[in-house]
Amino acid sequence: MALLSVEGLRTQFATGAGTVRAVDGVSFAIERGEVLGLVGESGCGKSVTSLSIMRLVPPPGQIVAGRIRLEGEDLLDKDAEAMRRVRGARIAMVFQEPMTSLNPVFTIGDQIAAAVLAHEGGRRRAAWDRAVEMLDQVQVPSPGERARDYPHQLSGGLRQRAMIALALAPGPQLLIADEPTTALDVTIQAQILDLLRRLQAERGMAVLLITHDLGVVAELCHRVAIIYAGRIVEMAPVARIFEEPLHPYTRGLLRCLPHPSRFGQPLSSIEGAPPDLRGADAGCPFAPRCPLAIESCRRHEPALAERRPGHFVACPVAVV
Amino acid sequence: MSVTATMLPVVARPRRRVSFRAAFGLGALLLIGGSAVFAPQLAPWDPARQMLTKRLRPPMWQARGLREHPLGTDHLGRDILSRILHGGRISLGVGLTAVTLSALIGVTLGLLAGFFGGRADALIMRIVDVFLAIPYILLAMGVVFALGPSLLNVILVMGATRWVQFARIVRADVLSIREREFVAGARARGNRPLRLLLRHVLPNALTPIIVVATLELAFMIIYESALSFLGLGVQPPTPTWGWMLADGRNYVATAWWLATFPGLAIMLTVLAVNLLGDWLRDTLDPRLKV
Repeated sequence: MALLSVEGLRTQFATGAGTVRAVDGVSFAIERGEVLGLVGESGCGKSVTSLSIMRLVPPPGQIVAGRIRLEGEDLLDKDAEAMRRVRGARIAMVFQEPMTSLNPVFTIGDQIAAAVLAHEGGRRRAAWDRAVEMLDQVQVPSPGERARDYPHQLSGGLRQRAMIALALAPGPQLLIADEPTTALDVTIQAQILDLLRRLQAERGMAVLLITHDLGVVAELCHRVAIIYAGRIVEMAPVARIFEEPLHPYTRGLLRCLPHPSRFGQPLSSIEGAPPDLRGADAGCPFAPRCPLAIESCRRHEPALAERRPGHFVACPVAVV
Repeated sequence: MSVTATMLPVVARPRRRVSFRAAFGLGALLLIGGSAVFAPQLAPWDPARQMLTKRLRPPMWQARGLREHPLGTDHLGRDILSRILHGGRISLGVGLTAVTLSALIGVTLGLLAGFFGGRADALIMRIVDVFLAIPYILLAMGVVFALGPSLLNVILVMGATRWVQFARIVRADVLSIREREFVAGARARGNRPLRLLLRHVLPNALTPIIVVATLELAFMIIYESALSFLGLGVQPPTPTWGWMLADGRNYVATAWWLATFPGLAIMLTVLAVNLLGDWLRDTLDPRLKV
């Protein structure tokens, strides 16, 4: 049984200008100890998917259909109190902005110790020691002193390490990392990715990594799901995505990356813009921008089909 | 020679300095508070004792002043210094309890309105509007008139009419704090709503609460004197600064000391509280610490 399985998830926002279908029938599974990358451009439903798993979609957003199973238990059936006990303890989250994700009025040691206390109980002194130990685990230098620092006294990289320590303190089975390195500069980014990879391997923890950065995906993920307009269009082991992408959108994304063989040439881009998520058009959402689109693409929405072992594509035209 | 200078550890934290203004505020407040607490021991006279032969004597450094009445006497021959010392007990006590009460009500309702929004917010803010629409003195007059003037009623009325100041400020602050990412993060770590409110939202809203509390303490002292002036506050012969100020007004042309000294007492207290409030605000905000 997969650790987390999401089936047919639909999350919609009822706005004055119509219903926005932010996540429109997303299905995927994460095994224990697996790192799944969820890749897509801004506004494609990556973050809403992760918030749906936590059941923290802000109003007017609403999960209207689907199942989210954690070790077989449906999270959508749980009452508020049961769901609250899942958050943090079993599924933890790291956000994008390390500048604002820590409470500015408490020291980071205090904040981690509070998370330890809330989860394990015990004495304050022991919780503090545990907090320092956690900071040591995320490779914060002189953790005993840094624990007494307030968030504003730390650099962005140290703050993100503190965030990770805070998220991992209760020992979650699944970590949802929503663009964990986007706000950091490149050298710090590499350090944080190293750290995440090491912690993930040591703890055998599953990670759902949400990003728009294919470089981060290549560094860290075992499998990748490419999401477009609220739907997964391709899902495959990481090597296959880079070596043999099948969906025209994935191919387009990869062509956008700079590559040594195309040195000196302008970067390419995908023509057009993502569709309006309020529309209820039949057909493939990528069809208007797709170079391979045929007549039936505009009429029937393609289902995700396993075209090769472990390689799923939602495109009937893609050449295997 | 610059070698030693550059070798200084960069991480050395500058020592926290208590500014002169903060020290002045704290010192003045301790002095005022102490003299209020120990008024029975410090006051040279019984504050209610009338000595009609020594009416309207000026402070001792003036021509007709008496050594035993350093700040002079009022129109009934009562010692002004003794009355100010005793009056401080009432004015400060009433002010502090009334501010505490109104902060408790206002902060609680402001937190609920701002954090939960929706109907709770609509309901609480409409109540706030009602309170703002009615002049608070009028409201206080009505309530005190109905319940009868007593120390407790005055405190209750003052607290119950001024809480809107706290509620509005806190609500506005909470509205922005609840959208900050660390609150979302705390929610994602499975914190209960009450804990989110008390540990993550309230501490971040403390700065304006402290500032409003110091302003309100000053206001409450004036408010109490206004009620006393209207005969609805603490009843004579219990001395309060407000009543002395109001009473002395009638003699201000001929005996300036009646209104001046209680006025100075109020001014000094309000100033000290405000200076202390500024300092507290700066100290409690870790971003301003270094």
